[in-house]
Amino acid sequence: MLFDILLTASFWAAAVRIASPLIFATMGELICERAGVLNLGIEGIMVIGAFSGWMAVYLGMGLWGGVAVAMLAGMLFGLLHAMLTVPFGLSQHVVGLGVTLLATSTSYFVYRLILPEVTSPPKITPFQPLEIPYLVDIPLVGPALFAQTALTYAAFAVVVITAVTLYRTPLGLAIRAAGENPGAVAAQGLSVTGLRMGAVIVGSGLMAVGGAFLTLSAFSSFFFEMVNGRGWICIALVVFGAWRPGKALLGALLFAGFDALQIRLQQTPVGQVVPYQMFLMAPYILSILALILMSRRAQVPAALMQPFNKGER
Amino acid sequence: MRLEPIANPGLGRRLGFPAAALVVTVVIASLLAAIAGADPLLTLGLVLKGAAGSKFALLETLNRATPLIFTGLAIAVAFRAKLWNIGAEAQLYAGAIVTVVLGTSVLSGMGAAALPIVGLGAMVAGAVVLLGPVVLKTRFGVDEVVTTLLFNFIMLLLVSYLLEGPMKDPMGMGWPKSAPLDRALRLPRIAEGLRLHWGFGVALIAAGLVWFVQARTTLGYEMRAVGLNPQAARFAGIPVNGVLVKTALLSGGLAALAGFSEVAGLKGHLSQDLSPGFGYTGIIVAMLALLHPLGVVVTAIFVAGIFVGADSMSRAAGVPTYIADMMLATGLLLMVLAIGLTKFRVVRG
Amino acid sequence: MTATDHKAQEIVLRLDRITKRFGALTANDAISLTLARGEVIALLGENGAGKTTLMNILFGQYTADEGQVEVFGKPLPPGNPRAALAAGLGMVHQHFTLADNLTVLENIQLGTVPLWRAALGQAKARAKLAQLAADFGLGVDPDARVGSLTVGERQRVEILKALYRDARILILDEPTAVLTPQESDALFDTLRRAVAKGLSIIFISHKLHEVMALSSRVVVLRHGKLVGEVETAGTDRHALAAMMVGAEVTPPAVTPITPGPALLTLREVSTPSIGAAPGLNAVNLALRAGQITGLAGVSGNGQAALSDLISGLISPQSGSLEGVGRMRWSSRAAIAAGIARIPEDRHKTGTIADFSLTENAILETYTQAPYSRWGLMNWHAAEEQTRHLIETYDVRCPGPHGPIRQLSGGNMQKLILGRVLDAAPRIILANQPVRGLDIGAISYVHSQLLAARNAGAAVFLISEDLDEIMALSDVVHVISEGQLSPEFQRGEKTAAELGLWMAGQGFDRAA
Repeated sequence: MLFDILLTASFWAAAVRIASPLIFATMGELICERAGVLNLGIEGIMVIGAFSGWMAVYLGMGLWGGVAVAMLAGMLFGLLHAMLTVPFGLSQHVVGLGVTLLATSTSYFVYRLILPEVTSPPKITPFQPLEIPYLVDIPLVGPALFAQTALTYAAFAVVVITAVTLYRTPLGLAIRAAGENPGAVAAQGLSVTGLRMGAVIVGSGLMAVGGAFLTLSAFSSFFFEMVNGRGWICIALVVFGAWRPGKALLGALLFAGFDALQIRLQQTPVGQVVPYQMFLMAPYILSILALILMSRRAQVPAALMQPFNKGER
Repeated sequence: MRLEPIANPGLGRRLGFPAAALVVTVVIASLLAAIAGADPLLTLGLVLKGAAGSKFALLETLNRATPLIFTGLAIAVAFRAKLWNIGAEAQLYAGAIVTVVLGTSVLSGMGAAALPIVGLGAMVAGAVVLLGPVVLKTRFGVDEVVTTLLFNFIMLLLVSYLLEGPMKDPMGMGWPKSAPLDRALRLPRIAEGLRLHWGFGVALIAAGLVWFVQARTTLGYEMRAVGLNPQAARFAGIPVNGVLVKTALLSGGLAALAGFSEVAGLKGHLSQDLSPGFGYTGIIVAMLALLHPLGVVVTAIFVAGIFVGADSMSRAAGVPTYIADMMLATGLLLMVLAIGLTKFRVVRG
Repeated sequence: MTATDHKAQEIVLRLDRITKRFGALTANDAISLTLARGEVIALLGENGAGKTTLMNILFGQYTADEGQVEVFGKPLPPGNPRAALAAGLGMVHQHFTLADNLTVLENIQLGTVPLWRAALGQAKARAKLAQLAADFGLGVDPDARVGSLTVGERQRVEILKALYRDARILILDEPTAVLTPQESDALFDTLRRAVAKGLSIIFISHKLHEVMALSSRVVVLRHGKLVGEVETAGTDRHALAAMMVGAEVTPPAVTPITPGPALLTLREVSTPSIGAAPGLNAVNLALRAGQITGLAGVSGNGQAALSDLISGLISPQSGSLEGVGRMRWSSRAAIAAGIARIPEDRHKTGTIADFSLTENAILETYTQAPYSRWGLMNWHAAEEQTRHLIETYDVRCPGPHGPIRQLSGGNMQKLILGRVLDAAPRIILANQPVRGLDIGAISYVHSQLLAARNAGAAVFLISEDLDEIMALSDVVHVISEGQLSPEFQRGEKTAAELGLWMAGQGFDRAA
């Protein structure tokens, strides 16, 4: 039974699809944390991304226009988070939760402003799968990896760009140093505040694109509670990936694989015995297990959650 | 630009900035109302009227404030010890589940005398739910913010399962809700004819007790020490992990009382919409109260008033009720900023 | 180099009446200074004299309220670290400004390549680094992660970083504080090579023998003012010390007394290492009544482990602790055994900054009557005790209610002293008890420790300042790599001999 599932291409394709929004948001969070800022605004920023991207397309913009709007909206809330936590050095926990509450309620408020009475939200035409010639014919791997929407391909590209930037460019060097020892960055005449704010803003933009994936590629409409804790799961994935883009990607795929598996298991005889809620719990329980598993080994950025004030004596 | 700590901020600074935060919040809310096409002043008036314009409105506000006092206290207690309990929602439902289980089975025949036992049972359940993340924190160093958040989702699914399975009301005509609590186990009203139940009274007593614990007991002293400087606390011989566990028990228990009071005082049964996010709103309540337990009572009533008022305003003026959530989230961020600015001043160079 | 020489030479750095105020405190008061090409100036001063502030102004971390800086004849724009680096200034900070998660090469490249350039250009950088390492005798593996390097190696990276940016003026802030005497010698060798190549150096220190050995001119700061400027050849250590503290320093008088029995004994105690810091390796130690036992050693050689052990924060992995009762070893057990603990970091470990004096005063005793009964606090009793401590230990403060962070370091330390000494402890653990204090507070702390010793307490004094150890201790141990030397009597070893032990020599023969 398990093997039947694991040998179908549709299972693997689903896993990659489920992973896509997580990959965007996880990379976004990873960039923030590498620079030393924990961004608990992630959940709300994903909501505003999902909403604003969908809204833009609904109001007549193209799909990529929707992605751009989502990204801008995310960056705007990222700027708010960054302003409060970086130059003002306020509690990253409280500010993050506040940003999540604000971004979520803003999405719902504007949604109700534009569609006051609607009970079932209107649909848009989402991104369509884009088959890559020849590669798609590879058995199992082909349909899983090379028959996805453009946004999924973009997610993988983002991982590569993040990894190369962090490890192979002067900017990445400075970001990693800012999360480890901001004093070292300041001593070289670089602005810790600028680096951290930039990282949070760009990271938040990626989180919002992750949210937009849900409305523009996966579900084609926006509804309340659709992000449903994915942001928090991404925070767990960053820990699981030991703050490395490649490992975090693997974590997201592994996690999505389990999620796709539980959806399919619900259709099997197992699903007749075990209540569906238990299957739905699996992602959250897996995230907690991942956190426990990695807690001992993880290489946490040394200055994570530590505000930096150059005037401190 | 950099921040310079102020050694001894004056009273003006300590009150001025938070007051300014409140004013700016109201201004932003007015702007939102204007964006929604309503007259800001009229909207504000409607909110006030809806929250406190009549005896009925006022009692509605106090009823809504009751669970917020409990969750606000739960979070104030935890945050004071820098225990980031974001899982009050899960603890609330744990308390509600146990209230229904005890109140519809074992204790249903005992009459009102069993009420304190039911409440205590609920508290134990909430405490146990928070104990998990706290043990993960003290044993493995797992950040409790994420685990308590994830527990909220797990708990909601558990409630969904219980309401569709073992706890489903056979007389519920297919709705996912539990069987009703025994009549005798409902919290009585504070006065005959007043639509306000004793849960509010219990909440006030709880706030007083929490204040007493924080200000007058060794545990309160330990919790503050651990929150302000765990390294110094450990050096001085304060059992930091033990204090965190005790804090978790108290915090989880308080949040569970919100579930107990909603079921036994208001709804009479458990359903999936028992809490419209009281656990999360409790964070706003606690932060606006600057984590002071008596302040929590005031801010909980204030926050409840905004929700109740916005509900009735929305019907009359057509502004989405989510304006209340936006206003409170804005208020939270501005208040955090205001507190920051009382301790630091921004200087150039 | 003589005085007449440097006047004839090119002036590379000129500070002109630099003034910087922090609120009521004037950290730098109209300081003027010149540095010539190929010259080594020693900047001497106590903690808090204003040395670090001056350097932070030079490097653009702070902006001076008045005065200006000229480098190679051109005015330096204030508050701009990049401009300082570009002008040819290079700083070796006391707390290294290196990121542990980056490699040596990455750390050195940090900030040297424009941020928006696509590639790092590591091949070129590697070649330049190899050349510099050879020229200055600073060998280090460019691909090693900085987190895995020793303290001495990290300092080499810091210096290489400055040289890599073509610094012509090197400023070193207490560079030998974390080095063994032998590592210090290697550092001096490097610095002499740098001077030979025409670099100029400002060397910040409070170790007089280094100042005498390395510098050609000494500049002394006290309370933010420049109080003296002399040619090194024309002065001596006593004169410098007097200039630094404002009066002739008189070491405390230690009258010999016969020690009593051992109150605390460590037998073959080992503890695990914590990160890069070594644990203890089969340590034997006896702290006797009426005796000050000094512990000398370079920072990071196991002092922290030994201090944590006696404080009750960690337990022996093997071996035993004798004389402390049979309670499970913990902070509380240590306090119950009559150990007074003065922690190394009074801000982070010794006090809770936002707590009032009263709340800090009872931090170790709040579970006992009269401060609490049945879990209820008696704040009245706590406040009374605090008033008693404020009076007895001369704590200058507005009163028992304000937060302790408002107090100066010296007054904070006095409250900690009062907290632990008031109960007439049997054993006193004093870990760096005078670090960062002014001269008045230092002599107060020392006299309190001596008084306790004369009253029969066993005092264990941990310090990185060998002069302090030699002045106060009846017996001395040296710690190196977690190993403890044999006990040396007062006057048995010279400072140079103890220095060899600090560098790890002698342990092989003893083992």
